Amino acid sequence: MIDKAVPKGTWVQIHQQILSPDQRAPQVPADTAKVPLVMVTKGFLEKDGSRNENVAVKTLCGRVVEGKLINVLPRFSHDFGNAVPELLAIGPRVRALLEGGE
Amino acid sequence: MKDNSYQAVMARSNEIMKKAIGMDYSQFERGQLAFDYQAMMTEAGYSLEEVIAVQRETGVGNTPLYELKNITKLARINAPKGKGARIFLKDEASNPSGSFKARRAALAVYHAAKNGYKGVVAATSGNYGAAVASQAAIRGLKSIIVQEAFDSKGIYQPEIEEKGRACEAYGSEVLQLSVGPELFYVFLRVLEDTGFFNASLYTPYAIAGVETLGWEIVQQLQDQYSLKPDMVVVTNAGGGNLTGTARGLRKAGSDALVVGASVDLKGLHMASDQDFNRKSFTTGHTGFGVPFTTWPDRADVPRNAARPLRYLDRYVTITQGEAFYVTELLAQLEGLERGPAGNVSLAAAVALARELDEDQILVVQETEYTGAGKHVNAQLSFARKNGIEISVGNPADSVPGQSIILPEHPSQIQAVDMDMDDLRRSYLKHALGILNGAKPQPEDISFLAEDCRVTPEFIESFAQGVK
Repeated sequence: MIDKAVPKGTWVQIHQQILSPDQRAPQVPADTAKVPLVMVTKGFLEKDGSRNENVAVKTLCGRVVEGKLINVLPRFSHDFGNAVPELLAIGPRVRALLEGGE
Repeated sequence: MKDNSYQAVMARSNEIMKKAIGMDYSQFERGQLAFDYQAMMTEAGYSLEEVIAVQRETGVGNTPLYELKNITKLARINAPKGKGARIFLKDEASNPSGSFKARRAALAVYHAAKNGYKGVVAATSGNYGAAVASQAAIRGLKSIIVQEAFDSKGIYQPEIEEKGRACEAYGSEVLQLSVGPELFYVFLRVLEDTGFFNASLYTPYAIAGVETLGWEIVQQLQDQYSLKPDMVVVTNAGGGNLTGTARGLRKAGSDALVVGASVDLKGLHMASDQDFNRKSFTTGHTGFGVPFTTWPDRADVPRNAARPLRYLDRYVTITQGEAFYVTELLAQLEGLERGPAGNVSLAAAVALARELDEDQILVVQETEYTGAGKHVNAQLSFARKNGIEISVGNPADSVPGQSIILPEHPSQIQAVDMDMDDLRRSYLKHALGILNGAKPQPEDISFLAEDCRVTPEFIESFAQGVK
């Protein structure tokens, strides 16, 4: 499927590489030194653009930042997670302790 | 055209910082190592009365103080006869952005506005981002928050994703980075590009902002319960929470013992891409607490106003499982659903209460808001997904990055003391290392003694031992 153009003004997420692995600071541990330092941010598209293309966005504080368009109307993925049985067991157990005193 | 390479920007770091803080630290420098801490705090900071007035303007502070009667009762089970202090909690989640960090941000943003800056920048993956964003929103300043947020696979620590969302909600531009200390380079570039104020956590004003917290504890205990605090437990990371609270307690005339508490994350490297999502706490842990205690001047300002060794009576660690467990206790027994990172000191308090008499008063001085990502269930669920083993048993058997053990019984919660003299020796080793073999001058000796709360003789004998 070919991506349609994303219209100017759309809220998008952009990505840019800040440092390549060989530009990383000397003090970083070996695993970190193997990967680039990358940055993402969000803003309103300055002009019509497409995914994976370089675009400019205006951020919430009004700065213009450039990067590769990676997400349109990006979703927050964090949530409350799956139920954790070990956690659910705590309430009843401590209430019983308070009642029984043991 | 300006050279914006990593090396070039780092090389002009001092120049960028000076402009972005608008304060000349050299006026306080004395001797080779020494600087006049008290002068810096009084001349460059704000008085308690000024801080109270600034915070009132933006709704910061005056958070409720609760007595945790059920948790106290639970802590007394298996305590020696007559032991088990009354535990009180300062509900800092009631601040505008949901944590005590609003106190620091209130002063930083006020100071920025007063000095004509159009915006503020903060490098933080923690609650401070939302605090700065919220305070900037109130005062009509722009804000940019720079976060270390995800690993090289693009996986966010859920707590940081939530904090990033909160910053956006308050109108901040949020720059999110993969793992690594070079975040500081991005931070410097943003400061240079915008001319905004560096809302560092470690300036005299940011620390002065926390003094009201210590002050309120004393006032509220007196007004509401006619009591005085015997011990105040403070979650320790960069040292500002501890320093500011202790200074506020002293200003209110309290001589309560000040205990720092951190989550033990021994064995995990803070700059490691692979370790990044193997920890369930992004702050309040030993990965910040120990290095900042043993050498405060590693912060984003020339001289750190947060100097924990000056105020620490004890420094204890607890495990991740214990902090999660007490977070559940706080919700289940006290009806307060709060974020786990704010409950590190509560976990320590459950253990420390058993050492104190029943009529003594122990105050836990913070909570933080909770929500998606920043919730005990979110964190445990995320840890399990990342292969961390979660079980119920003795938390002392857990290994950071490999296992999280929730206590089976509240009596298993332990506060493990660090050796204060070891911390001091580590600090001194660092300090004398800077001298590179030169002899510390008398003013250096007295500064070092003050900075780690020992006698000048302790410093002299340590210095001789190093040679």
